[in-house]
Amino acid sequence: MGSLYLALLRLGCSRFVWAIQGDRLSELFTTLGDMIRAIRACKTAAEERAVVRKECAAIRASVGENDQDYRHRNLAKLMFIHMLGYPTHFGQMECLKLIASPGFPEKRMGYLGLMLLLDERQEVLIDLNHTNQYIVGLALCALGNICSAEMARDLAPEVEQLLQFRDPNVRKKAALCSIRIVKKVPDLAEIFLNPAAALLKEKHHGVLLTGVQLCTDLCKVSAEALEYFRKKCTEGLVKLLKDVVNSPYAPEYDVSGITDPFLHIRLLRLLHVLGQGDADASDCMNDILAQVATKTESNKNAGNAILYECVATIMSIEDNGGLRVLAINILGRFLSNRDNNIRYVALNMLIKAITVDTQAVQRHRATILECVKDMDASIRKRALELVYLLVNESNVKPLTKELIDYLQVSEQEFKGDLTAKICSIVEKFSPEKIWYIDQMLKVLSEAGNYVKDEVWHALIVLISNASNLHGYAVRLLYKAVQTAGEQETLVRVAVWCIGEYGEMLVNNVGMLDVEEPMTVSS
Amino acid sequence: MGIRFILMVNKQGQTRLAQYFEYLTLEERRALEGEIVRKCLARNDQQCSFVEHRNYKIVYRRYASLFFLVGVDNEENELAILEFIHLLVETMDRHFGNVCELDIMFHLEKAHFMLEEMVMNGCIVETSKSNILTPIQLLDKAS
Repeated sequence: MGSLYLALLRLGCSRFVWAIQGDRLSELFTTLGDMIRAIRACKTAAEERAVVRKECAAIRASVGENDQDYRHRNLAKLMFIHMLGYPTHFGQMECLKLIASPGFPEKRMGYLGLMLLLDERQEVLIDLNHTNQYIVGLALCALGNICSAEMARDLAPEVEQLLQFRDPNVRKKAALCSIRIVKKVPDLAEIFLNPAAALLKEKHHGVLLTGVQLCTDLCKVSAEALEYFRKKCTEGLVKLLKDVVNSPYAPEYDVSGITDPFLHIRLLRLLHVLGQGDADASDCMNDILAQVATKTESNKNAGNAILYECVATIMSIEDNGGLRVLAINILGRFLSNRDNNIRYVALNMLIKAITVDTQAVQRHRATILECVKDMDASIRKRALELVYLLVNESNVKPLTKELIDYLQVSEQEFKGDLTAKICSIVEKFSPEKIWYIDQMLKVLSEAGNYVKDEVWHALIVLISNASNLHGYAVRLLYKAVQTAGEQETLVRVAVWCIGEYGEMLVNNVGMLDVEEPMTVSS
Repeated sequence: MGIRFILMVNKQGQTRLAQYFEYLTLEERRALEGEIVRKCLARNDQQCSFVEHRNYKIVYRRYASLFFLVGVDNEENELAILEFIHLLVETMDRHFGNVCELDIMFHLEKAHFMLEEMVMNGCIVETSKSNILTPIQLLDKAS
């Protein structure tokens, strides 16, 4: 009976097992599927807690008895329970026991449990030297996700050896594992330089993908690595990108007609890092960047993702006028795309492009202003930031007018941001005091309650310092309060002003040409 | 680096799969999941797929009753992450055949195995569906 049961368990026919066993056992050892069904059937949180508590008790009993047969299933249940948000630390030893077992399915489950339930503070035995390549792969995965600095130091030489393993899957995982090691212990970067450069000559896309990522991260962590890769690998990388771009149809990696867009993007990112701040490297990559920018299809998301990365790269490497213009044109096209996602990333990139070429971005000002009024909150936020960066002395008046007009119709959550930005713009760029007062009053009438204290204090200071405008200011405020009296801040400013310059108001003193006479009865 | 976490959540806000690449305690995870899910579920189809949250971004996409949410650093290419989500769905589809929420629930370990083959330590490792599924198919044959 016992061995039949075990055999059925190995075959995965857990449902049969449940039927064969007697009542008492079946109550304790429900299958994973049963537990999930029971949890799904719960209508309230209290019911769910009761079910989970019962299962945890059963698992704890099983763990206490050091029961081998159910370890695999117990761990699967624990992972599900952990995902729901319940504590599961009593199961951690089970992970380690499963990892130490000889069978592959048990090891697999153990490693999965390791990665989900434990974190880097645990010490774990790792079988990096196992003969079975899948097991080595598992160990690398676990190490790559959770190893600590000490473990990294201990196991670095072995991982470096594995970068040259016969199986490409292991090489690929070893590369990612190396990334974590290098981040935890940056001094170890040197031992990975040569093997990483060697990875760039591989044909397997998975290995290339991770190899390129390893090189990128090495450059971030160590300045010598950056120099090394710049000198030795830039040309090779350019050629690699050219090959990927021109490669024929490969069904395994094809996404919407483009071969392995992920690899395209990774390569572009590495070129970005290498070209930044170095004229020679940037020169080397000009042609391929131009080719990618002009030839990539932009009617599918994959193509656009590549174009986006390409534009980011062009913007950060050393100047080549033609490429920059190309890049900003692509962004302009993105801005008028109907897809919200594309417009969002375009705005994002334009914010970075402003520091590089303000003129070019100014040309798209009208479209950007439209985006400030968009229905999507994320787009509005980005567009507003961009507009704020675009303001200068020559365009401040029309831009402010547009923004204030929009303030009247914008949604409540957005008014705060918008008001703050408008006040900031007005303060920084205002050409004349009278214009400043005009704009501030409009803002106060429309959204006075969102205006911060420092802002209207500054307004009062400005008014008191502008003696020729006292009369103008007080009359304007008086008119404003009559229509927008619910704006508290406006009323405060008005009251102060009338208090100071009341006689000017009543007697129409100090009138400017633009004003019309007004009668005020007390 | 790159990806911080991957979540699959249904329309009622229940988490069906959670993979974190940075350490967070249980309470932090629950709080995080609650906040993000509320934000994403409240958005409609016309809005873009990117939401800013604290100091990073969430890229999300809805497939039938499941939301796929990926939390990424600010420097990450958002459009590429959208492609990655699609790749993940297609891979699961190929393995389970017309994958649905129940498949993921009842075969959680398989879904995790697939995800592990694709992403490691927040970094995309493999993008070819057959390379991803080979070890899993071998495992199925062995057990």
